[in-house]
Amino acid sequence: MAVPKTLGIETEYGIVHRGVDSPNPISASSLLINAYLSRSAEPGSGPGAPRVGWDFVDESPALDARGFTPVDAIAPEIETHMVNAVLTNGARYYVDHAHPELSTPECADPLSVVLQDRAAECILAESMEAANAVLPDGQELVVYKNNSDGKGNSYGCHENYLMDRATPFSRIVHHATTHFVTRQVFTGAGKVGCELPFRDREHIPFQLTQRADFFEEEIGLETTLKRPIINTRDEPHADPLRYRRLHVIVGDANLCEVATFLKVGTTALVLAMVEEDMLDQRLGVVDPVRALQAVSWDLTLTHPLTLVDGRTATAVEIQWELLAAARRYLDDRGDAMVGGPIAHEVVHRWESVLAGLESDPESLAGQVDWVTKRRVVEGVRERHGLDPADLKLAAVDLQYHDLRPERSLFARLGAETLVDPEAARTAATTPPADTRAYFRGRCLSRWPDKIVTANWDSMVFEVGGETLRRVPMMEPTRGTEEHVGTLLDTCESVEELLERLSTQRR
Amino acid sequence: MSDQERAKQDRRQADASSSEEVMDDVSVAADASERGERLKNELDELLDEIDEVLETNAEEFVKSYIQKGGE
Repeated sequence: MAVPKTLGIETEYGIVHRGVDSPNPISASSLLINAYLSRSAEPGSGPGAPRVGWDFVDESPALDARGFTPVDAIAPEIETHMVNAVLTNGARYYVDHAHPELSTPECADPLSVVLQDRAAECILAESMEAANAVLPDGQELVVYKNNSDGKGNSYGCHENYLMDRATPFSRIVHHATTHFVTRQVFTGAGKVGCELPFRDREHIPFQLTQRADFFEEEIGLETTLKRPIINTRDEPHADPLRYRRLHVIVGDANLCEVATFLKVGTTALVLAMVEEDMLDQRLGVVDPVRALQAVSWDLTLTHPLTLVDGRTATAVEIQWELLAAARRYLDDRGDAMVGGPIAHEVVHRWESVLAGLESDPESLAGQVDWVTKRRVVEGVRERHGLDPADLKLAAVDLQYHDLRPERSLFARLGAETLVDPEAARTAATTPPADTRAYFRGRCLSRWPDKIVTANWDSMVFEVGGETLRRVPMMEPTRGTEEHVGTLLDTCESVEELLERLSTQRR
Repeated sequence: MSDQERAKQDRRQADASSSEEVMDDVSVAADASERGERLKNELDELLDEIDEVLETNAEEFVKSYIQKGGE
């Protein structure tokens, strides 16, 4: 049975510290985030204000969805000593490895994800501004929303989808893989060149995605090496008997709002259909790792993929089939589990983008990143008569993702927007109203000095003396404005909040 | 009927719209061509000034952009 698709995105950003001899990306990331937390605008923040750190007690990234932990698997390390904060919009902002990372709050529909993803960009841009204001003259931090340095190093943009624990994992693997291989035609952020050995820019001057070059396995627990198309991390951050969280590591970070909307919206629909067992088993791609790369490298969108029943079909043709199934799903089961009325907008947009890819991909500039970026790359190449391997084209690629408003090439290209920029700025400090992020964010705004730690599924409050009280939040769809808005508005103190919460529970 | 044929039929049904929807389609097409024109202008403008916007030493910029693997 499908469960409500609670959604979120975690993005690791590229970071450059200019004007220093030997830049250290870890300290640069810490500096960036601390500068944001120290600026005075964030409620409960500012110099001297209490910081609410992340609580690691429930984290177990080594648990494998297949029910075992492979002995040769390298589980992700949790780095507890780094800066790691919870924001008043319910997001988590922290240093992961050598990158600043922001996890959006939990969202109830794909448009809300787009809003929060934009809000995250505002937070990063404001962080740069705050950091650069305190750095010595001649130094600057610059943040890029991309997934590769063009030299074989990749960092991720992960998506999260709440799923029914009862759904057989093998079924998820089968259909999600098909979708991940083929959705690249509209989720790809575009990349100049290729990062696999023996395939240089002469062979592949441009490809659809940032990430496809880095995937080597069909399924696995790793995220940093031998990356798998399906990541098996089993860490639901919710009631583990009811839910699993599908942690998707195969996607690109998108700048186009339409691309983010479709990436998350179509995947939520496919996963709901998997839960309802409504997808045709024959719609499986043979040798998905090679297929992932073949689709990414084929700008003509005509590469024939072999399906498990022997048929061949292009990525776009397979996407048409998934779209037809999604329409049937909405007709039969309604939209309640996939974000409500917005799911119909997803289907509508899905159709128009697939039609555009078939008839005139160029028409999708401003909606699909690889198309948008490629026009600039090709424009520069033609105007200056450059060789496809010219580094200027790689510079255009990088600067497309620059998050400084005055330097971002993307920002100058008039892309279509789905959310109001002012609403995105507001969402940087305001949680979504329709998930448990509301409770987390509002509590943090109101009583920052009473919250010891917080994480996805609980918060720890300090109530007088040395007493600590943990409030579990194992149900992502509860703790919404509808559930607790009045309570939060009318409680005078944390003590009263906890008292009334425990009465409600009883 | 194969799924692919069914998908195509679904598309044809989606395409066979009432006259009102056709009108909508016409205005959508007009919007799209307007947007296409605007996008082209923005691209031309950007190409005109790309050297002012791009990092001054593109080669150095690309070579020095080195990240650690993440995730």
